[in-house]
Amino acid sequence: MMFDLKQLYQDVIVDHNRSPRNFGILEHADRKLEGYNPLCGDKLTLYVKMDGDIISDIRFDGSGCAISVASASLMTEAMKGKTIAKAEQLFNDFHHLLTAENAEPDLDRFGKLAALAGVREYPSRIKCASLCWHTLHAVIDGNAAAVSTE
Amino acid sequence: MNAVNKQKTVFDINKIRADFPVLTRKVHGLPLVYLDNAATSHKPIQVIETLDRYYREYNSNIHRGVHTLSEEATAAYENARQKIRRFINASTDKEIILTSGTTESINLVAQSFGRSTLKAGDEIILSQLEHHSNIVPWQILCEQTGAVIKVVPINDAGELELEQYERLLGPRTRLVAINHISNALGTINPVRKIIELAHSYQAKVLIDGAQAVAHCVVDVQALDCDFYCFSGHKLFGPTGTGVLYGKRALLEAMPPWKGGGDMIRTVTFEKTTYNELPYKFEAGTPHIAGVIGLGAAIDYVNTIGIQAISDYETGLLEYATAAASTVKGMKIIGTARHKASILSFVMDGIHPHDLGTILDHHGVAIRTGHHCAMPVMDRYAIPATARASLAMYNTREEVDKFIMAVNAASQVFK
Ligand SMILES: Cc1ncc(COP(=O)(O)O)c(C=O)c1O
Repeated sequence: MMFDLKQLYQDVIVDHNRSPRNFGILEHADRKLEGYNPLCGDKLTLYVKMDGDIISDIRFDGSGCAISVASASLMTEAMKGKTIAKAEQLFNDFHHLLTAENAEPDLDRFGKLAALAGVREYPSRIKCASLCWHTLHAVIDGNAAAVSTE
Repeated sequence: MNAVNKQKTVFDINKIRADFPVLTRKVHGLPLVYLDNAATSHKPIQVIETLDRYYREYNSNIHRGVHTLSEEATAAYENARQKIRRFINASTDKEIILTSGTTESINLVAQSFGRSTLKAGDEIILSQLEHHSNIVPWQILCEQTGAVIKVVPINDAGELELEQYERLLGPRTRLVAINHISNALGTINPVRKIIELAHSYQAKVLIDGAQAVAHCVVDVQALDCDFYCFSGHKLFGPTGTGVLYGKRALLEAMPPWKGGGDMIRTVTFEKTTYNELPYKFEAGTPHIAGVIGLGAAIDYVNTIGIQAISDYETGLLEYATAAASTVKGMKIIGTARHKASILSFVMDGIHPHDLGTILDHHGVAIRTGHHCAMPVMDRYAIPATARASLAMYNTREEVDKFIMAVNAASQVFK
């Protein structure tokens, strides 16, 4: 087996679950969207502040399993300062990483995000890792209907 | 109580385990410890072979052919109905409607009994402990009829607040629909008392027995319930089989729900007359093999004795509850005085979903999530629980493995 459990819950994930980065409400966010995963009850709200087409700030709050919280934490780290085009690119690459068979994670490209590749072995958990990413995707797509969940 | 249930039997755990082929299987290289019995139970070889024999030897449609295979299948099917009738001690086979599961049984009552008798302002009493399948069909019915739902709350232990229940009962109460045993918490509800009280208001009572039939003696006449629903797959039988017991007079008065073959006597384009009970409610070709398999599952349970199973599981639950109390950070959700062998819990600092994945790696299968009972989760203000649900084939050694795996998970998140 390529990834065992230790690798799934490796230090990066446990660490980002325990002390998530960019956690909490972002005052003066331009965009905000709630993502919900009914399977485990993960509920995350993503806040984004744009400066032109650059994601100048991004935060999240809510509660969820370790995989979803760590994934959101790592994603916000990776996305801060990115242009929308770069963010889209990373979204697609990351999606591929989670779903493609045998795609060796490219450490240069993914950095710490590579830690999440282990969920491939756990099909029911892919949704946990991808929840915040899909939420961000909807946010930067500027899908107005989806953005106003409240 | 019927004679079969009273029979003295010996509870031989090794023999029982040997009857369940899947229990020898490994998961992630370790022996399977299957503690997700509230979701579905495994099937003994006797059931598997019954299905196999049906398809190999006498597969055919029932109640239709005069040929040998059809006669055999019809006899086996109706024989299974009798076994079911005896198992829950109904007075006649006419009261045993075969369905696809608890969910369909409840929907049938809602759409047939409910829709033909309830009016705007009539009241249906449910409890906070219900499975979604004993909530949503009534919500649909309320939208159709203007009836309203009242909910019996639970206390911190997960027991129904009976005083509140008595307060909710009134002249507009038409139906009380409550589970016998809660799948989310394991609470055994005082259904006898609930039924008696409802009847004093002329309200009918549906009992959702999905979690009860494999774990305690069910005697529908002693309970005096109006409807009793359960699924075959939680009783060591095939999926896609279920039972609706209904009192004959009620079933006679109820209109058919689904139309089709088998449920009619004569059909013309001007007028169709319906078949007698129980066929009036059994439109179309049923899960013939499955029902015959359910009969075999009941035979199997009877050779052990449902009371013996219940006693064994009570001991196992006590053992598991005591073991759980030694685990740091483990909190049991649902501590009713009368409980079936279900251990719902949360762990400090570990989301149930992560716990489920880690336990799976130790070969231990548990369920994590809201258990189709979101109102229960809301009551405790938690998104989900982890749930170990024990069956007659589980052992103390398996409980130990489960506890060890939970401790190992704590290490990961230390
Ligand atoms: C209490 C309870 N009611 C109803 C159901 C629904 O049963 P089925 O899905 O077999 O129709 C279940 C099964 O999960 C249950 O536990």
